[in-house]
Amino acid sequence: MRRVLLPAALLAALIGLWQIAASTGAIAEALSLEDFLVPSPAEIAQSLWENRSLLAENAWVTLREMVFGILSAVVVGIGFAVAMHRWRVVRDASYPLIVASQTIPIVVISPILVVWFGYGLPPKVFIIALVCFFPITVAALDGLRSVDPEAVKMMRSLDASRWQRFWRVEAPTALPHLFTGIKIAVVIAPIGAVFAEWAGSSAGLGHLIQSDTANFDVARQFATVAVLSAMALILMGLATLAERRVIRWR
Amino acid sequence: MRQDTRIKPQTGKSQTVDPPPLADTTAGGILLRGVGHSYGELRTLDFLDLAVDAHGVVGLVGPSGCGKSTLLELICGLREQSSGTIEVGGHAAAAERLARCAFMPQRDLLLPWYSAIDNAALALRNQGIRRGQARAAAAELFDRFGLGGFEDSRPTELSGGMRQRVAFLRTLVAGKPVLALDEPFAALDAITRAEMQEWLAAALRTDPRTVVLVTHDVEEALYLCDRVAVLSARPARIVAELSVPMRRAEDRDEAVTDAGFVAAREEALHALREGSR
Repeated sequence: MRRVLLPAALLAALIGLWQIAASTGAIAEALSLEDFLVPSPAEIAQSLWENRSLLAENAWVTLREMVFGILSAVVVGIGFAVAMHRWRVVRDASYPLIVASQTIPIVVISPILVVWFGYGLPPKVFIIALVCFFPITVAALDGLRSVDPEAVKMMRSLDASRWQRFWRVEAPTALPHLFTGIKIAVVIAPIGAVFAEWAGSSAGLGHLIQSDTANFDVARQFATVAVLSAMALILMGLATLAERRVIRWR
Repeated sequence: MRQDTRIKPQTGKSQTVDPPPLADTTAGGILLRGVGHSYGELRTLDFLDLAVDAHGVVGLVGPSGCGKSTLLELICGLREQSSGTIEVGGHAAAAERLARCAFMPQRDLLLPWYSAIDNAALALRNQGIRRGQARAAAAELFDRFGLGGFEDSRPTELSGGMRQRVAFLRTLVAGKPVLALDEPFAALDAITRAEMQEWLAAALRTDPRTVVLVTHDVEEALYLCDRVAVLSARPARIVAELSVPMRRAEDRDEAVTDAGFVAAREEALHALREGSR
């Protein structure tokens, strides 16, 4: 209960402060802005309710992008980690490139991908996967490498083949690390999704935020961000749930 | 023989099938001649000679860091020596040695994702035996060695002594002629350690194997082994070989207070102190 109540209380306090500061016009005055540019939480909630079907439609688009992106990242990340762990030459050859891939600014690569793959799902999935596979790969590889060398000797002496060692010792050892990587990926996936949609899209929460920026609909922007955060929290919850189901020995 | 039972096609419930016999009767003597080993510049072993008969139990005692564990890994074929020859059951190649030795590391290293019995059955599973049959084979030993009822416990639910027993059964179940034990009871408290020594002595009486026991506990070595080799500080060589007066007596307390045992212990400690210099 404490773990739910404490953040809820903190959130309520922050929203309360914001409500007072926004509704009295204190923030707008301090920033020398028009009142409508600084919506109060109540106004944001109103916008959330009034735009519920629009938000739901666009949330569905972004959710699909995120789920496909994260799943691709999990598959590719595990694949890379296993190959890098299994073959030293693969690790030495690809590790610097994988690190380098993370220095590519997604704001730069997103428009290029849109030019190549169009306005649909593929470029979004690609960009989300690009930002998500890194924490997954690194975490899974660290996990595989954290195996106790004594356990490896024990397994070799008990007639385990290379793959038996992998399935019976290395993979289970790496699983908690893998889930840590997945949870980090889930949190950064919305950032990738928004950038991907900004580069070119006809729908999605990022697309909505972009068009609201043009229309100065700040209340709906905040409402959209709230939906995006809620989605990330739900995905995080699902990842934690999956972790508990899979890793039962802890 | 064991090979045949293993590949017999299984039909119906695997639990009803007789588990494969565990003891491998092929000769498992060990012979080391002029064995040396170094990690780069660091010489750990210096022209070591040692012979162990099949079903013989030999203890290796020596100061910390003298290369006892390295020697054990060399015998098991987990490492290659820098010089000399090591034969296990008449075979010198590392892969052949690995096939004949079961290694029990210092810590129990039970895999937390498996139950106690699945941990014990690990070697059989690795050898391609189906899960039900492998568990049945291990279950028989659980009853025999006082672990009955704990088959499906998680390793974290077991006491230190029980974990060590499961780890030993895991080594025994592999069905290899040679058991290589690396300070198996070092992590246990004194009372549990004494109990485990009695337990291991009983286990070796019913299921004799060639055993190489690495320990820093002279008393443990003298109680459990036929012969104790005292190693010097690095680079290790054998400074004394002691023949043990009473072998794996049922009553440990009586054995360790025996005059012959006490004399042997003093002799071993003396050799150990001399060799540490």
